[in-house]
Amino acid sequence: MGRDRDVAPVPQQQVAQMVEQLLAVNPYNPEILSELENYVNEQVSSQTYSLDANLCLLRLYQFEPERMSTQIVARILVKALMAMPAPDFSLCLFLIPERVQMEEQFKTLIVLSHYLETGRFCQFWDEAAKSRHIVEVVPGFEQAIQAYAIHVLSLTYQKIPRSVLAEAINIEGLTLDKFLEQHVANSGWILEKGHGRGQLIVLPRNVFNHPELKKNSADDIPLEHVTRIFPILG
Amino acid sequence: MAAYDYEDGPSGYDESSGSHRNSSSASAPQSTAGQDLGYNPSFVPDSVKFFVVHLYRHIREKNVYEIHQMYETSFQTLSERLFKDTPWPSVDAVASYVDNDHVFCLLYREMWFRHLYARLTPTLKQRIDSWDNYISLFQVVLHGVVNMQLPNQWLWDMVDEFVYQFQSFCQYRAKMKNKTEQEISLLRQFDQAWNVYGVLNFLQALVEKSMIIQILEREKEGLEQFTSTDGYDYNGGSNVLKVLGYFSMVGLLRVHCLLGDYHTGLKRLLPIDISQQGVYTIVIGSHITAIYHYGFANLMLRRYTDAIREFNKILLYIYKYKQLFQKSPQYEQILKKNEQMYALLAICLSLCPQVKLVEETVNSQLREKYGEKMIRMQRYDDEAFAIYDELFSYACPKFITPSAPSFEEPLVNYNQDAYRLQLKLFLYEVKQQQLLSGVRTFLKVYSTISLGKLASYMEVDEPTLRTILMTYKHKTHAVDSDGKITSNADVDFYIDDDMIYVVESKPAKKYGDYFLRQIVKLEGVINDMDRVKLE
Repeated sequence: MGRDRDVAPVPQQQVAQMVEQLLAVNPYNPEILSELENYVNEQVSSQTYSLDANLCLLRLYQFEPERMSTQIVARILVKALMAMPAPDFSLCLFLIPERVQMEEQFKTLIVLSHYLETGRFCQFWDEAAKSRHIVEVVPGFEQAIQAYAIHVLSLTYQKIPRSVLAEAINIEGLTLDKFLEQHVANSGWILEKGHGRGQLIVLPRNVFNHPELKKNSADDIPLEHVTRIFPILG
Repeated sequence: MAAYDYEDGPSGYDESSGSHRNSSSASAPQSTAGQDLGYNPSFVPDSVKFFVVHLYRHIREKNVYEIHQMYETSFQTLSERLFKDTPWPSVDAVASYVDNDHVFCLLYREMWFRHLYARLTPTLKQRIDSWDNYISLFQVVLHGVVNMQLPNQWLWDMVDEFVYQFQSFCQYRAKMKNKTEQEISLLRQFDQAWNVYGVLNFLQALVEKSMIIQILEREKEGLEQFTSTDGYDYNGGSNVLKVLGYFSMVGLLRVHCLLGDYHTGLKRLLPIDISQQGVYTIVIGSHITAIYHYGFANLMLRRYTDAIREFNKILLYIYKYKQLFQKSPQYEQILKKNEQMYALLAICLSLCPQVKLVEETVNSQLREKYGEKMIRMQRYDDEAFAIYDELFSYACPKFITPSAPSFEEPLVNYNQDAYRLQLKLFLYEVKQQQLLSGVRTFLKVYSTISLGKLASYMEVDEPTLRTILMTYKHKTHAVDSDGKITSNADVDFYIDDDMIYVVESKPAKKYGDYFLRQIVKLEGVINDMDRVKLE
C-alpha cells in the first residue's frame, strides 16, 4: 500500500538533488523561489514528486504573495491530487489564500478533490473530462487517479463486480479486458464468474480487506517489560 | 514566568475581546506603557537594585538553583508589588549595578519587554525595540560567547515569548483600519522587524548551531548526555545554546502551525521523541505547547488516533499534577490549554470514536464538559456543524497572515483571514465525513448485511451507498509522512460482491503483560513462603 514518492529517474536526478540540497541548507530562503518553480515543472515533465519542495514554495508564496504564480500553484495542486490517498491536497490548500482559491481553475480542482475524497469516482471522471485543460497538463494524471481508486477499492472489497470497478477507474470494454489481464498477470488479481450477472474480480488480500490478517500487535512485549523478570529468570 | 500565550477570551476570534493587548484606538495609540503618569524609568527602588545585583551574581557564579528562584519567584513578587501597571525601570537605569554587562542587560530587557507585554499594551516602537533586543540576544548566543547556565524554564520562556510576540505583531499589523499615519510610516521603515523569514531563520539557526539534532542522535547511541542531565552542562560549559536550540524545535512547530503548515511543523518536531519523557516535559509550558500543536496538526492531517493518544496522555498528566502548578504564573495558561485540548479531543473522538484509547479519568472529564455536545455532533444537521465550528474556533491556534499589508488605500483589516481559511477547510472535511457516523451505527448492529438492505435503511441508492462505504474506508485510514497506511476504524468491514461483512475491532487482550505480572506476583508469593519458618 505504500506509495512511491520522490523517485526521480536518472536524468532528472541532478535537479532534484540540487533542490533537496538547497532545502536542507536553508528551508527559509526567499532566494530559492525560482529554483523551486523550475523544480515543479521538472516534477511535471519527469513524473516525479516532492511534497516538501512544493510546500516550501507555497510557503514562500504565502510570505510574499506578490511573487505567486497561479500557474505553478495549479500544477502543485494537480500533483497533490495525484498523491492521494495522502492528505497533500489539503496540506497545500491550507497555505493558499482564500481569494486565490476563488479562481475558477482552483474551484474546479477543489471539486475534483471533493469527489475523490468522498469516493464519487463517476462524478470525478465526468468533471475531469470537462477540465482537460487543467489536468492534462500533467502527464500521468489518469493513471495516478486510477491507482488511488484501486487503492480505495482494495481497502473496501474482497470481490468487486466488474461494473463497479469499471466505473471507478473509468475504463470499459476491451480496454478493461486488457487492463484486467495485466493485473491478473502482475498484481495477483483473479477473475471469477459472478452468480448470473457478469464478472467478479478478486482483489489481492491485505490487512484492510481481510482484517483477520492483522497481526495482533498489542501482544508484543517491549524488552523493558521483560527485563522486570530478569532477576527471577536468573 | 508566564507564557501569556493567547490574548483573547474564550470567544476565540471575537474582535472586541482581547482588546487589552491589541487595542489600537486611533485617538491615542501611543499613550500606553512608558508614559503612564508617575512612571519614572530611571528610578530604581532598592528592592530592584538588590534583585539585579543578586541575579547578576548568581548568573556569574552559575548558581542555577538561585537563578531559578529569583527568576520564577522574586521577579513575580516584585512585579506584583511594584510594577503592576508600569514597566520595570529601564535597562539604562540598572546597568550601572551590573557592571554594564552586555549580556545581562539583554536578558534584563528581554524580561522587561515580557513583563510589559503581559501587563500593558506595547506600542509599535516597543514591539520593534523588543525585536531588536531578541536579535542582539540571539546573535550573542549564536556566536557562542555565552558561558552561562540558565534554568530551562527561562530558556523556554524566551523561545515561547519570541514566538508569541511574532504572533502578536502579525495580529497587530493585520488590523490596518485604524492605523495612524505615524504607525504606518514606522511599519514601512522597520519592515524587517518581526519579518517571518527573520523569525524562522533565527529559530532554525538556533537549532542548527546548537547541533541539538546530532546531540539527540548521539545520545541514543550512548555517546552523549543531554536528557539525562536535563539539558544542563555539568562540565563547566554552557547550556544556553543547546537548550535554546532544543526548545526552538518546539517553537518552529508552533510557528508552522500558526501558518497552517502542519506537515512542516511536525517535521521540525521529529527529532524530539514525544513518546518519551525528555527535556520538553520538564517545563510544563513547553510540554503543553509541544503536545497541543502536535495534536492539532495531526487532527488537521486526519491522523486522529495519533492526536487522541497524545491528548489523552497530557490531559491525564495535567489532571494528576495540576495542583503542583497552582502557584505558578502559568497556572491560568495551563488551565486554558487544558480546556482547549478537551475541545480538540471531543472533535477527534466525534470523527474517530476510538474511545478505548482514552483513560477513564480523562473520559469522564470529557463527558462532563462535552458529553452532550458530542452526542449532537454525531448528527447530520446544521446544529452539529455549528458545534464543530464552535469547538474549533475556541480551541485552534491563533493563526496569522505572515505577509506585510498593502499600504495603499483603502486600508483593510486582514487579521481574521488566516483563521477563516483554516476553519473553512476544517469544516469542509467535517462535511465530507458527516454521513459516516450513520454508517457506523448500522455497521455496529450487523455482522453481515447486503448492500441493498443497508441502502434502503440509509435511504440512498446502491451506487451512493458504495461511495459512502468507500469514503468511510478512505477517511478511517490515515497516511503517515512515509506513505504508510494505518486503520483508525473502530468498526471495520469488507465487501464481497454485494454483501458487507462487519469486523468489530475487539480490545486486544494483553496476555504478555498479564503473564509478566503473574510471574512477578508468583515470585513474590514464593519469596514470602520461603521466609515462613515452619515450627
